[in-house]
Amino acid sequence: MSNQTVTRAEVTDAIVREVGVTRQESSDLLDRTLELIGSALETQDEVKLSRFGNFVVRSKAPREGRNPKTGQEAVIAARRVVTFRPSPMLKSLVDHK
Amino acid sequence: MLKSELIAKLAVEYSHLRQEDLERVVNVILEEIGSALSRGDRVELRGFGAFSVRHRDARKGRNPRTGESVEVPAKSVPFFKAGKELRARVNGGEDPEAR
Repeated sequence: MSNQTVTRAEVTDAIVREVGVTRQESSDLLDRTLELIGSALETQDEVKLSRFGNFVVRSKAPREGRNPKTGQEAVIAARRVVTFRPSPMLKSLVDHK
Repeated sequence: MLKSELIAKLAVEYSHLRQEDLERVVNVILEEIGSALSRGDRVELRGFGAFSVRHRDARKGRNPRTGESVEVPAKSVPFFKAGKELRARVNGGEDPEAR
């Protein structure tokens, strides 16, 4: 466990290394890829990336909640949330015993 | 949307790149996230979200068919938290957590 944070910069470098595009183009390709996934989730319920996992949008009904700081009750509005369902392959990559 | 459809969309915008290079781009992105998580690292993609590893303690579970009690071992699982921008996008432009 190294507990570091990987950011766009490292992913951009990996694309440059593996595909041989320029750094500018790599950064642009990463942005567009994330942007296309985001825009698909706006209009569809699911983005399925084989061997990686699926992004699923779920609708949540409004519910009573409580402000944890003040203890005051409040209605939590209906909302759509993005959940990620990792593939069995990604799960086994992470859970090495 | 499937991975193949995502690659097809990129191919329209990047017509000067070969289809196989675009496939490689998408796979490299996903592989980088996977290998970071396998090291126990976090992956932060601003605007989109963050991937991290969450630890689940061992717990007693039940076989739903037989009702028998079984030991579910501790495990590590991949976890994704959508970023502010993505939360807003799927909610018609406003992040519900910001309210």
